[in-house]
Amino acid sequence: MGRAVAVIGTGQTKHGRRDDLSYPDLVREAVKKAFEDAGITPKDVDGVVYGSMPSMMEGVAYNHFYFADALRTVGKPLFRTETCGSTGQSVAHTAIHWVASGMADIVLVVASEKEHEGDAQATMMTILEPFLMVTIGGAPVAFSLQSREWMGYYHIDEDKAREAASIVSVDSHDGGLNNPLAHIRVKLTKEDVSKAPIITYPVRLYDVCPVSDGACAVIFASEEKAKKICKKPAWVKGIGFRGEEYFIGDSSKAVWQSTIEASKEAYKEAGITNPLKELDVAEVYNPFSYQELMFLECLGLCPPGEAPDYVIKGTFSPGGELPCDPSGGVLCCNPIGAAGLIRVAEAALQVTGKAGEHQVEGAKLALSHAMGGAMQFNGITILGSEL
Amino acid sequence: MAEQKEKPRKVASMGMVPYEMALGPTWTRFFEGFKEKRILGTKCNKCGRVLVPARPFCPRCFEPMEEWVEVAQEGTIVTWSYVNYTYFGVTPDMIPVIGATIKLDGVDCGTGMWTQIGGFDIKDFELVTKKVKVGARVKAVWRRKRQGNFRDIDYWKIIE
Ligand SMILES: [Zn+2]
Repeated sequence: MGRAVAVIGTGQTKHGRRDDLSYPDLVREAVKKAFEDAGITPKDVDGVVYGSMPSMMEGVAYNHFYFADALRTVGKPLFRTETCGSTGQSVAHTAIHWVASGMADIVLVVASEKEHEGDAQATMMTILEPFLMVTIGGAPVAFSLQSREWMGYYHIDEDKAREAASIVSVDSHDGGLNNPLAHIRVKLTKEDVSKAPIITYPVRLYDVCPVSDGACAVIFASEEKAKKICKKPAWVKGIGFRGEEYFIGDSSKAVWQSTIEASKEAYKEAGITNPLKELDVAEVYNPFSYQELMFLECLGLCPPGEAPDYVIKGTFSPGGELPCDPSGGVLCCNPIGAAGLIRVAEAALQVTGKAGEHQVEGAKLALSHAMGGAMQFNGITILGSEL
Repeated sequence: MAEQKEKPRKVASMGMVPYEMALGPTWTRFFEGFKEKRILGTKCNKCGRVLVPARPFCPRCFEPMEEWVEVAQEGTIVTWSYVNYTYFGVTPDMIPVIGATIKLDGVDCGTGMWTQIGGFDIKDFELVTKKVKVGARVKAVWRRKRQGNFRDIDYWKIIE
């Protein structure tokens, strides 16, 4: 993959409803923390990568103009990378390619969203191409359709899937309680989740991520710089990204090839042959609890069609074989453009032992993931404590 | 600096932009078919697949798809979801709706356009879970006045 690359610093805002700050101030909050964490200054950075959802989300076209100062990109090269929900993985990959290629030594990556300044569902669903324009249901209906397709394909019992999705939601919300930066911090029971109002059946209220404001910044460095600057870097062990066909009916969304292929590529690069055994923690992109079930299978963490069984027996719960989303995941915090990069930052915190109350004891190898598009894109970054 | 007494506030803004999307020859003909209550697909001569909506080129082979095929108006539900929430532009009178993907008989993909199930009291959720299933058979119900867009199919009716 070229030169070795490491994460040498991360910064996240307090996520939630941030009407207290302007959008550039919010971006600065994350950037400042990342520089403090890495112990470097903006002049040490060779280039900046930024990403968010489409400009309509907050109404500022080309919002990287607006953030130029907060991103510390004045006098430096800037890339904007954007792939919908998978943006956070895409911006990380842009920086990893940049450093691995030898064209830069230190790259700052920033992603953000301030969803309370606009209307996320309106942006994503009111203006689309001629076959889907002005449809009803937003992102929840797209991913509920995917979950139902998966349940139908494997003949998964409705009550069993419901129980497993409730466990995913309860575990994530327990994680959120341990993460002071998470947006949603409430204690839920399985009953709270399974009896909540229907949003897009089978998905109910607590199966859905919140609308969040938040930003995340991650600093990547070459091996030479990382070893010089950072006592405990998080090394990039493998990455993978795949896109797929546009029209939703053209391929199976139950056996989701872009997740399967992206993770296989990342595992191969990282030398991982049994991900469930070898990984210590996974930050799976889980805006919808039912969708996480399908991801667990497509990421190769359990056999196809068996995610509910594995979830019910506790494999992915705190203290289980592979704890997933100890940070609370996307279910507790979804500033969309930033959500995939938060997964990378959380993986870095885990393998460097800096995750605080939500630390998975002794974690050495962590997977981070995000998906986006009309069920179309998947990106994976695996980080480890050893080069 | 003196202590700030004001609570940080917001400034309101609203943008309205009209769009006109070119359909091109293939999608124009596809929607012209809707006016005559016909569902048209195109066939790829390389991989042999018939796709709906009709495509100007095969997404996999990258070859032009110039052979037109009129397809069945009946098919099988691949997946469905019951939408029961509102947001900008969606008012309470517009919900619930049942979105679905349907595999039409003789077609090699699911419907890649907005598809909804109807024709009975869908406010009755118990009834919905009884009638709407993955694998259930459905049939297109057309609007009386058709304008050559995806709304011309009013809904898909469950075949009992
Ligand atoms: Zn073909």
